[in-house]
Amino acid sequence: MQVSFLYYEDCPSYDLALERLREVMAEESIPGEVEVIKVDTEEQARELRFVGSPTIRVDGQDIDPPRDITYALTCRAYRLEDDRISPLPSKDVIRRALRFPVKNRPG
Amino acid sequence: MANLKLGDKAVPFELPGVDDRSHALVDYADKETVAVVFTCNHCPYARAWEDRLIDIQADYASRGVHLVAINANDANKYPDDSFPRMKERSEEKGFNFPYLYDESQEIARAYGASRTPEIFLFDKGGTLRYHGTVDDNYDDPAAVKTAYLREALEAVLAQREPSTAETTPVGCTIKWK
Repeated sequence: MQVSFLYYEDCPSYDLALERLREVMAEESIPGEVEVIKVDTEEQARELRFVGSPTIRVDGQDIDPPRDITYALTCRAYRLEDDRISPLPSKDVIRRALRFPVKNRPG
Repeated sequence: MANLKLGDKAVPFELPGVDDRSHALVDYADKETVAVVFTCNHCPYARAWEDRLIDIQADYASRGVHLVAINANDANKYPDDSFPRMKERSEEKGFNFPYLYDESQEIARAYGASRTPEIFLFDKGGTLRYHGTVDDNYDDPAAVKTAYLREALEAVLAQREPSTAETTPVGCTIKWK
C-alpha cells in the first residue's frame, strides 16, 4: 500500500494531520513509510493535482475526493461526520481509506 | 506580526457590507467593545470557527459587544472569497454581524492582519485590548480549554486587562494581490 501526504506549509495544521495519519496507520498495523510531499508553487500544485493542504492519498486515490476540483496552494476544508468543517480529516475518514483502498472496493 | 499593537487606537474604515450598505467603524462608537475579525469564505479555519463567532455575537449582543467581519482576500485567486460569494455565505450561515469586503486590502494592511480568522478587539474608547485567535481548538469546539476571545470580552466589559491579551492567530494566510 502506498500512502502519500501532500501539504502546503502556510496551512498551520499539516503536522497534526501527518501525526494523525501515522497514528491511524499504527493502529491499523499498516507497515511502511508515508511519502511526504511539500507543495510550494502553483505549478507544482497543478502537476501534483493538489487541491489543498493536507491531501492524503492511498494508492494514488484521495481519501476524501473533493467535489470541486481546483488545483491551488490553499488550505483544505474537510466536512466531518457531524457536518462540521475542519482543516483536518477525521481519523475515521483516514481509517476507512486505509482499510478499503479504492482498488479493493467491490464494484 | 500585526501593525496595530496592544494599546493602539483602531484604524477607522468604511467598507461595503453583504447587506449592500456601507459600514464604518464609527457606526459602532456607542458599543462597549467592537471585535474586528478578518476572515473569509474559503479557509477551513475561518469556517471551523464561524459558528462560534455567531454564538459569541448572540451571547454578548445585549452587553454591547459587536463583531464586524472583514474579508480582504484576493477574489481573483480565490473566487470563493468574491463579494457575491460572501453574500451567499452570510445568508447560508445566518451571520448576525456585518460581513464587509475590503477589496483594496487597505484595511487589512493598515491593521497588519495576516491570517483568517484574526481578531482585533477594541474597548469603548477604540483602544486595542486583545489580538489573536478565537480559542485554542479549531478542530473541536467541545475540546476548547481556553476561550481567549470570550475571556477578553469579559475582561474588557469589566474594564480589566485581559489575562491573555495576545495570542498567535491560527488560520490561512490572507491572500494578497
